[in-house]
Amino acid sequence: MVGITSYGAYIPLLRISRKTISAATGWLGSASGLPGEKAIANYDEDSLTMAVASAVDCLGGTDREKIGELYFATTTSPYRERQGAVIVATALDLRSDIRTADFSNSIKAGTAALLSAVDTIKAGSAKSVLVCASDCRQGKASGSQEQSCGDGAAALLLGDGGAIATLEGSYSLSYDFVDYWRTEGDRFDRSWEDRWIRDIGYSKFIPEAISGLLSKYNLSIKDFAKVVYPSLYPREHAAIGKRLGAEPDQIQDQIFTTVGDTGTAYSLMMLVASLEDAKPGDKILVASYGNGCDALFLEVTSEIEKARDRRGIKGHLASKRELDNYEKYATFRDLLAVDTGRRGEEIGATQLSTLWRERRMVLGLCGSKCRRCGTPQYPRQVICANPSCGAVGEMDVYRFSDKRGHLFTYTGDALAPSPSPPSIYGVVAFEGGGRYTFDLTDCELDSLEVGMPVEMSFRMKYRDVSRGIHGYFWKATPGRA
Amino acid sequence: MAEGIKDRVAIIGMGCTRFGERWDMSPDELMVEAFMEAIEDAGIDRRDIGAAWLGTCYEETNVGKSAIPLSVALKLPFIPATRVENWCATGSEALRGACYAVAAGAYDICLALGVEKLKDTGYGGLPQNEVQWGTVRRLVDSNQTAPGMFAMLATRYFSRYGIGPDEGKRMLAMVSAKSHRNGALNPKAHLRREVTVEQIINAPIIAWPLGLFDCCGVSDGAAAAIVTRADMAKKFRPDPVCVKALQIAASSGEEMLYDDDWTHVESSVRAARSAYQEAEISNPRQQISMAEVHDCFSITEAITMEDLEFCPRGKVRDDIESGFFELAGGLPVQPDGGLKSFGHPVGASGLRMMYEMYKQLQGKAGPRQIKDPEYGLTHNLGGVPSVNVASVIIVGL
Repeated sequence: MVGITSYGAYIPLLRISRKTISAATGWLGSASGLPGEKAIANYDEDSLTMAVASAVDCLGGTDREKIGELYFATTTSPYRERQGAVIVATALDLRSDIRTADFSNSIKAGTAALLSAVDTIKAGSAKSVLVCASDCRQGKASGSQEQSCGDGAAALLLGDGGAIATLEGSYSLSYDFVDYWRTEGDRFDRSWEDRWIRDIGYSKFIPEAISGLLSKYNLSIKDFAKVVYPSLYPREHAAIGKRLGAEPDQIQDQIFTTVGDTGTAYSLMMLVASLEDAKPGDKILVASYGNGCDALFLEVTSEIEKARDRRGIKGHLASKRELDNYEKYATFRDLLAVDTGRRGEEIGATQLSTLWRERRMVLGLCGSKCRRCGTPQYPRQVICANPSCGAVGEMDVYRFSDKRGHLFTYTGDALAPSPSPPSIYGVVAFEGGGRYTFDLTDCELDSLEVGMPVEMSFRMKYRDVSRGIHGYFWKATPGRA
Repeated sequence: MAEGIKDRVAIIGMGCTRFGERWDMSPDELMVEAFMEAIEDAGIDRRDIGAAWLGTCYEETNVGKSAIPLSVALKLPFIPATRVENWCATGSEALRGACYAVAAGAYDICLALGVEKLKDTGYGGLPQNEVQWGTVRRLVDSNQTAPGMFAMLATRYFSRYGIGPDEGKRMLAMVSAKSHRNGALNPKAHLRREVTVEQIINAPIIAWPLGLFDCCGVSDGAAAAIVTRADMAKKFRPDPVCVKALQIAASSGEEMLYDDDWTHVESSVRAARSAYQEAEISNPRQQISMAEVHDCFSITEAITMEDLEFCPRGKVRDDIESGFFELAGGLPVQPDGGLKSFGHPVGASGLRMMYEMYKQLQGKAGPRQIKDPEYGLTHNLGGVPSVNVASVIIVGL
């Protein structure tokens, strides 16, 4: 049976309280004063890096050679032309003879990608498809989206055997309901009146799709252990469930007040949260929202017990650091014109032919491993660096991104231009061999110690605005608890 | 077995500009100033020079590529001229070219000149890496600067030898305080103010654990040497300075890729070993009278004392605290103030170090004069601790 064979999620470490945002921009009058906090991408994160992080969580030790297609759902791909999915696939060091596709332009693109992946497998085009959904939407200062939108990602691996939850059916609605929109060149969403979106869109489409699904498959809401749908308005979120006849404990907990509205990733992240608590035999109903609604239902199998070792939603929710400084948040999101100093203006060119030649080394963090002496080394070498070996041209490609390491030495550099000074970097010595100097992220200088364990995280290294280049590479992090 | 160049080449003239923020001086003017002092010191005419080497590292956008900027600025008459670049060992590399040409018998008199104009970048510190280093490095290097890369030596050194951050910072502060004291005595030095250990410890952090005074000055300047055959040298002056050893070691990559411990610099160790062999020195701590080493950062000088076998591994702190490297100590280091105080116009630094050794051996170092020196040593380290090029040159009368 076709279904989900693995799941993963990513929520950035940083959270900002909506009170902090209100305190900074509430004087403008339009702030909505929503409760709770939201997850925010660090300065070096975007929808692509979060998608990779969720995929890493999902894949664990899975053989990446077996993945036949990769779909990436987002409304915030850094590029208009240059596929996001293939950057994710390259970062994950997947095979190159696979199909990749972006699903975009609507926040229901996450479920669209998931349903397409299932159809692909059913059609026999691939045995295993990885779906990543990730969003990093930014509202204008003081607007409701600045309060509501959070950043996060989910990844689901779909396959035709060994599913932890099989996909049993779906029902879709598509409406050209223009609640939020962005055209070419728009950095921020535009929107129509909030009450209209809430009452005529959100509160109507989700029940309509769920009812359509129930009647299509002759099911009752009582058949489901969990009903999962995004929460754009906490009060209406509960009201929708009530109207459908669901008991409060059937409704998957909202993550609006802890993470926020994560766009394409939203319903898939909540689905991941429901799988974390699911028992074999549970039926789960999932609905998305955006230009209509996709509703689908899953049945959990006994394989679910083998898929518990994820950071997932619970792990990432528990591991957080509050950013209590709105100006820093605004700087990370490029809302403030910050003086980088003359040094910060020195941006070297990115040579794309070089990036192409070294794509596995740069985006995939692959180095070399000597076939003769077994020494891993990064960057890739032709001649073995082990002085007692020196073999020439006997290297295998060796992936470091999934290796753990320890911090051999480090510094916090106040001279290097950084959006979040000081620039912290250090030498990572990998388990099994190999070492290199990497930027460190999601940490404070004071918390570091020689010898502490670190892991690798795909991040935005630089943004060259004048040339339209987003540079990506891997950084080291202390790892999330 | 190769013979090396011991006692085959002598320095007969040297020149060095004042180092500093020379806003009013072009690279051409700096080159001319150092050059005129050198040929007057040697008592030669510029048409006596058979071949010339120009060392310039960062500033090829200002100074220019090739050795043409040198040959045109000095109006050298169509002689062979070559530009060399080997990071911070560039000045020493220029001297190597000149010395080897003389040792080979190809020319009687050669010029080595290093120049760097670093104060036209518009910001403090060395030029930003990402526009200087190759395109692959730009994609995979951390967001690093020289202070940070060398700071990681201190982090590891402190950790390995169980030195707490406060003790470690005090040890390093003593290194810088000594160089500031020496530099204050030197009219050509960039930074001529004495600073106390407490001021150094409390200065703003540049790259943890290094503070402002743990970092050398970044300066404009030029330095030049005239070399000739040792057997001809006394025709020019009674006190020529003889080259006893001249060695360079470049990283093999094994430190960065395989097993660097980040508490020493392997290239320095290798260059020193080769130089001691060439100069037939068996006990450097006893036999070397004085040294100018590459103190780009206080920790670099500290570790270099161990790499040059001036003291055992992990023990430099004892010698720093006992004043062994002070001007009046057992082995004075940085008598001219070092990179720390004299300043660091990269391409000129190796020749600036030699300028001090040359003047000290001739007894012309004024208030900094060391009593009866026999061997002087210069050391450059270019690059970062895990991948670099090191030079060690030993000279004596």
